[in-house]
Amino acid sequence: MAEATHDIEIRNLYKIFGPNAAKHVESVRNGMTKEELKAQHNHVLGLDDINLTIPAGKIQVVMGLSGSGKSTLIRHINRLIDPTAGELLFDGQDIAKMSETELREFRRQRTGMVFQKFALFPHWTVLENTTYGLHVRGVSRREAEERARRWITRVGLEGFEESYPNQLSGGMQQRVGLARALTNDAEILLMDEAFSALDPLIRTDMQSVLLDLQSELKKTIVFITHDLDEALRLGERIAILRDGKIIQQGTGEQIVLRPKDDYIASFVRDVRRGHVISVRTIMRKGAHAETPVTLPASTLLEEAARAMTNAEVSRANITGRDGQHVGMVTLSKCVAEMIAPDDTEEVDPESQVA
Amino acid sequence: MDLVDFPAMGRSDLREMRIAIDGAFREFTRAYGETLENIFHPIQLLLVFIEDLLIDSPWILVLAALAGLVWALGRNLKIVGGTVLALLAIGYFGMWEDTMRTIAMVAVCTLIAVVIGIPTGILMARSDRANATVTPILDMMQTMPSFVYLIPVVMIFGLGKVPGVIAVVIYAVPPIIRLTNLGIRQVPADVLEAAEAFGSSARQKLTDVQLPLALPTIMAGVNQTIMMSLAMVVVASMIGVRGLGQPVLQAINNQYFTLGVMNGLAIVAIAIIFDRATQAYGKRLQKHLEAVHG
Repeated sequence: MAEATHDIEIRNLYKIFGPNAAKHVESVRNGMTKEELKAQHNHVLGLDDINLTIPAGKIQVVMGLSGSGKSTLIRHINRLIDPTAGELLFDGQDIAKMSETELREFRRQRTGMVFQKFALFPHWTVLENTTYGLHVRGVSRREAEERARRWITRVGLEGFEESYPNQLSGGMQQRVGLARALTNDAEILLMDEAFSALDPLIRTDMQSVLLDLQSELKKTIVFITHDLDEALRLGERIAILRDGKIIQQGTGEQIVLRPKDDYIASFVRDVRRGHVISVRTIMRKGAHAETPVTLPASTLLEEAARAMTNAEVSRANITGRDGQHVGMVTLSKCVAEMIAPDDTEEVDPESQVA
Repeated sequence: MDLVDFPAMGRSDLREMRIAIDGAFREFTRAYGETLENIFHPIQLLLVFIEDLLIDSPWILVLAALAGLVWALGRNLKIVGGTVLALLAIGYFGMWEDTMRTIAMVAVCTLIAVVIGIPTGILMARSDRANATVTPILDMMQTMPSFVYLIPVVMIFGLGKVPGVIAVVIYAVPPIIRLTNLGIRQVPADVLEAAEAFGSSARQKLTDVQLPLALPTIMAGVNQTIMMSLAMVVVASMIGVRGLGQPVLQAINNQYFTLGVMNGLAIVAIAIIFDRATQAYGKRLQKHLEAVHG
């Protein structure tokens, strides 16, 4: 099992679409905007100075609305799109500088990809689709099929090996897409809006499948989505992209609690905060309460509120990672934080704690 | 100034130009005609071999073999039944030998068209420049009256089978080139991207994804090529290709109505057989697309 050990470091990445892209990088560096570039030179600014470190073995979500450049960004990691300028460092190599052969090897050995519209090979069965990565690498058919069958079972498609993609529902087709990517047994898994085309119940289902697999596989997953709930559920780190720029990155909690601008604030307004914020951020540090309920600091507000309500108490003690006491939290504070703050009221959790 | 008469080049200049070009071409045929004939000689051998095989074998075996071939392509008993009936009727009305010659001719022409057409189509699909270069040539091949390109072909090769094959192939090869090109270009971009993302080489993409997905379209091209070679059989008989075209030509010259219609119908019959068999095969290739999730 290839466990991920290398971060992917994206440094000063620019992508400009158009015939003379390289010529305009300098002007964009010096502050030319997307609109100006379009109006004056008829070139499209796809990515504008992206700096992002994607941690090994974690799920990095890149979120943005359509046209924000998120699909362009993920295609730079396996260079389905060539950058105009910048570096993509992985395991001591710059992906942007790889030769065609190196790139092919990199794609074969180190990456797997899942697509929004599944992009399965319609003329092949589930099993043949799943073995594709190994087939390309020249792995013998028998071994490839053995490994593929394992993953087909793992994503819950046992018994459908000989079906054609057209015979399967959308959710099942994307399971094939996932199995195809996993069979490659690579440390990087690129997921381009992988669940966006599925209906909500199936989508939640697939998110669980992914989280379940990841708890065991610990791959470096780059997950693109336009859906904040999905981003918060899956992402250990989230980067928000707008007009080709990263406007905020951090954990889901950081983004919900301290949205960097009105754009992000408008996004996070409808989030189920109790589902994202943990008691760590709202606890009264050092304080102690007489209560039978003790919760770890990573407990989410909803769970904390439920625990206190069930025990019919209004306070809970909070413990740190190694079990020592770190503070306490009240039920009313939990509930207050779960309700979205007024637009007028600035949320500053630090000051409220005091 | 006279605006009614077009300012054409002088009559004598025009004549000299024609004589010069004709002379140069004649010299070319004298110099290289034999070499070219030798190069194309294997086609003659292949054609004669197939012809002899079909004509000299017991008719019942040939009939069985053709029925078996149609079954293998279409897996459809109705088409096989129709084939047998049509061939029996053809034999009964005394056209067996000519029909066999025509089938041999069409088989060889189709084979050559496939061998030339599919690689050319692939090349056009891969390079927009090749596409832009070859497309007008194909347009010319399809619209130029076939008698016109019979002239140089006959000047080089004389009368006979080989010039016939060349003329038929020129006429019948465009659809398979066009449809191979189209079929490959129609492969969904997302599927190609997936192949790319998994590290396929250009060759792997072609053989694993592009050709298999283009195959039903390519088969439609093969079907068109067969139909067009059959249509060309009558014209080719003018330069000495034997088969069902010759009696038709004879019938035109002598106003033999019945002879013309009978041989014409025989051509129609084998056209329908080929068409239905190849179409049924093309449909079978798309089986995986029919089974839709309900």
